Amino acid sequence: MRYLPLTDADRRAMLATIGAPSVDDLFRDVPERAHLKTPVDLPNHQGEMEVERAIAGLAAKNLGVGAAPAFLGAGAYKHHVPAAVDYLIQRGELLTSYTPYQPEVSQGTLQYLFEFQTQVALITGMDVANASMYDGATATAEAVMMANRVTRRSRAVLSGGLHPHYHEVTQTHARFLGFELAMAPPDARGTEDIIGLIDDKTACVVVQNPSFFGHVRDLRKLAEACHAAGALLVVAVGEVVSLGALMPPGAMGADIVTAEGQSIGNALSFGGPYVGLFATREKYVRQMPGRLAGEAVDADGRRGWVLTLSTREQHIRREKATSNICTNSGLCALAFTIHLSLLGEAGFTRLAALNHGKAVQLADRLTALKGVELLNDSFFNEFTVKLPRPAAEVVDRLAERGILGGVPVSRLYPDEADLAPLLLVAATEANSDADMDALAGTLEEVL
Amino acid sequence: MDRNPVTGTFSGNRGLQIEEPLIFEQDRPGRTGVDLPEPPKIESRLGGLDRQGAIGLPGLSEPQVVRHYTRLSQKNYAIDMGLYPLGSCTMKHNPRLNEKLARLPGLADLHPLQPRRTVQGALELIDTLAHWLKTLTGMPAVAMSPAAGAHGELCGIMAIRAALEARGDPRRRILVPESAHGTNPATAAACGYAVEAIPANERGRVDLAAFKEALGPDVAGIMITNPNTCGLFETDILEIAEAIHGVGGYFYADGANFNAIVGRVRPGDLGVDCMHINLHKTFSTPHGGGGPGSGPVVLSEALASFAPLPYVVHGADGFRLVEQDGDPAATGKAFGRLKSFHGQMGMFIRALAYMMSHGADGLRQASSDAVLNANYLMASLRDELTPAFDGPCMHEVLFDDRFLKDTGVSTLDFAKAMIDEGFHPMTMYFPLVVHGALLMEPTETESKDALDQFIAVVRALALRAKARDAVSFQEAPRLTPRRRLDETAAARNPVLRWRPPQPRGEAAE
Amino acid sequence: MSKERYTEEHEWIRVDGDVGTMGITVYAQEQLGDVVYVELPEVGRKVEKGKEMAVVESVKAASEIYAPVSGEVVEVNEALTADPATVNRDAAGDGWFVKIRLSNTGELDGLMDEAAYKSYVEGLH
Repeated sequence: MRYLPLTDADRRAMLATIGAPSVDDLFRDVPERAHLKTPVDLPNHQGEMEVERAIAGLAAKNLGVGAAPAFLGAGAYKHHVPAAVDYLIQRGELLTSYTPYQPEVSQGTLQYLFEFQTQVALITGMDVANASMYDGATATAEAVMMANRVTRRSRAVLSGGLHPHYHEVTQTHARFLGFELAMAPPDARGTEDIIGLIDDKTACVVVQNPSFFGHVRDLRKLAEACHAAGALLVVAVGEVVSLGALMPPGAMGADIVTAEGQSIGNALSFGGPYVGLFATREKYVRQMPGRLAGEAVDADGRRGWVLTLSTREQHIRREKATSNICTNSGLCALAFTIHLSLLGEAGFTRLAALNHGKAVQLADRLTALKGVELLNDSFFNEFTVKLPRPAAEVVDRLAERGILGGVPVSRLYPDEADLAPLLLVAATEANSDADMDALAGTLEEVL
Repeated sequence: MDRNPVTGTFSGNRGLQIEEPLIFEQDRPGRTGVDLPEPPKIESRLGGLDRQGAIGLPGLSEPQVVRHYTRLSQKNYAIDMGLYPLGSCTMKHNPRLNEKLARLPGLADLHPLQPRRTVQGALELIDTLAHWLKTLTGMPAVAMSPAAGAHGELCGIMAIRAALEARGDPRRRILVPESAHGTNPATAAACGYAVEAIPANERGRVDLAAFKEALGPDVAGIMITNPNTCGLFETDILEIAEAIHGVGGYFYADGANFNAIVGRVRPGDLGVDCMHINLHKTFSTPHGGGGPGSGPVVLSEALASFAPLPYVVHGADGFRLVEQDGDPAATGKAFGRLKSFHGQMGMFIRALAYMMSHGADGLRQASSDAVLNANYLMASLRDELTPAFDGPCMHEVLFDDRFLKDTGVSTLDFAKAMIDEGFHPMTMYFPLVVHGALLMEPTETESKDALDQFIAVVRALALRAKARDAVSFQEAPRLTPRRRLDETAAARNPVLRWRPPQPRGEAAE
Repeated sequence: MSKERYTEEHEWIRVDGDVGTMGITVYAQEQLGDVVYVELPEVGRKVEKGKEMAVVESVKAASEIYAPVSGEVVEVNEALTADPATVNRDAAGDGWFVKIRLSNTGELDGLMDEAAYKSYVEGLH
């Protein structure tokens, strides 16, 4: 067995040192009837070739976005990731290290987390950011729970433009912690006004920008209304690349910003692992969930980095912790920070402009087709079109022709009949002109 | 140029240890490490919300970025470099085949919301991994979506609460042994339960009498790590399971230490109702400096129908995902959803590759070797260090700080001295049930030679401590890129991000 | 009566009229180590004897501070926010936490005097 270094001779010598007759004897504290009497019914060990053949066989049954014109978004986006990113995150000292609890042997991890936190604070327009959460949805649920702590209230207003999964995750926590949610209906046309749902018991209002349906909204009035009522404004960003083109939530008055960071540095990977971004204002930092890297000085007076404000966390505060999160998304945060370092100011803003430009071109192409209506006045790299027939059917027909044409809204809202004709279409820098020709041409055929 | 007073070199570097500024301190405006085409000329449709002004991201070229992260990497310890004896963390070798397979086209480039006919292989992979997990644990169901161990704990306790609520009896308390990971009480609290600590007995196990004393009709369940965080198998586990079931509560097992018993003991045979499995511990997916993890939760019949969305089902026309309760293929009443999309697919691929590589025989051998290695450490160190409890231990061995009594050396000092010797320290001050804990977990992927070298170093340090050489410990580490850091000052005045230096003049105000 | 009274949770209180000044004892700050943060209640908050009122943190630990008596918070020591180390330097003086207007001075009778607290602490070793 290639991963196990002990030989039988080693095992015998070690048992002699221990003074035990056998390895079985070391398991003598296990109650007799709990021992497995026969081996588990699974295949025995295999070499690299056999394992690779089996898993590659499963991969071959799928159609990846790398092998087809693909326009899917809805919270996960196909972007080009520079080759250096995947090389660097596979360096063993980064890939195979643990959480940096011992700062003297973890300065590398701690420094990139400090840089990551700074990048997240900058792009969201906030004061501080943590070292990552699991994904955008869990970050958003944590933001609601943090707003409850900050305001000592327990009611959240959720926009109908919030990703349904973000809704559902928040709802799941609300059910078990017993806080109240006011949920606006799906806002496909981007016309919702949720200020009216705010009351004096409201801890926070959660909106997504651009919304699940792609609409870009000015949140400044909403922020004012929240603050006048003593509530916080939580802004979720489903496509982090949009922050290269849009006014950041921090500049519009957000108190907490969460985001799905997958688009920068991370593969689609069928939905995970991704990286949740979480940023807030300085004054709320002690109510923040998750790990934080901070600057410190060592015994020789040199600048270094440590995990700090740990008393918020479960390993110290136990049942009074701000969150139960322990392991977060370190390596995905690393991929994010490397990709964003490569892009820099010039690259990130250009990437965003390129995405927006491609989406505008595609929206124009699709709305030129008969029966296709664009629901968005504004959008970044994703928009909603209304088709003359159920979008799920159209997507299946496109897939039969080798095109991954978008996400039917009914996939996430199966019970809302009036949303069935709606299709979410995303365009990124990874979509070539030929991809767009293929989609527009084939869509015309299948409608 | 003056010499650096610390390193004695002009550069501040020390041989292969190279000082590296922040990316923000290497900025040249306009520079980039990615060449992108010219954006199309279009009229903005950003609703008038176009960003005004610069973001403040630094500009670096690709060679600088590669060098930056390479230099940072050289300031880290890693499993690839040596023995990483962090107890309870299971720092085992991360096979590179797993990395290769997770990056295969057809897996890495799948969008989570593609039509199901285009992702049959991915769903089959999840189903296959689920089969392995169910078989190894002897449990009938598994929830795959939790993103990490603590997330799996949430999943399990939520399933318990949902099952109790369905009986019209949500209950109030969760019992948690004092030796538990901090995530256990934090999770119970996050599900609206009051947490009641159960003490350990003098043998390092749950105090059975105290546990029975705490039982009552308002107890929703108990969360037990087994083998526990003292590295010991809970000898009364069957009686505990029976007793908790006797009051109508559920048995949550924290599977952080499943690595010790895979292929030998099935949690399902211990009366467990749910258990999370850290794929990044037991099944070798990389820790990555703190994640991502993956924490599938196996469930008993009593809890299976409450499993969260989504889950994979297998019908006549292939695999499909159930993403809503209203789905005709739904098999139960899900308690909700824990994250976006379907779970940590990238980790599933790695874990499955690891399991298939080992097979039933290799997995049993792995847990056997993990336990053998830990007992070998115990036997080889017990006369110089002070084991907290009698053996045999399971996959990790716990020492307390009695051997350091009156030496002036603390557990922390001892750990820092190990760093100078080229080892990552063991887990310190955890579990909380013994004084000055040192918890060592070698894992099965260490050779006897590596263990012997580690043993020799720990023994030598123990002797040095007893020889009253406290100062050398208190000053350790001396040879690392940074020496001990002032965590008190860092916490009093937190600096959590870089800010541009203020121009002269403004700073004077 | 302006003598200090002590709780088993290592808080002290010194009463002047119907207002008591409270903090943590020298022993408590020694056990905690370097204090890095103190979270104080807002002025006007009603507190209840034995219930959580503030939090004091070191790098590796956080301790809840319980109200030694019931009443209303009339003043908090804002200086601790800027310089939490004051608690270590002068726990019994400048490191005070809050001033409480007592709602029931009778509650003081249940607390220890200095001699009783001293022997209580000795008993902990």
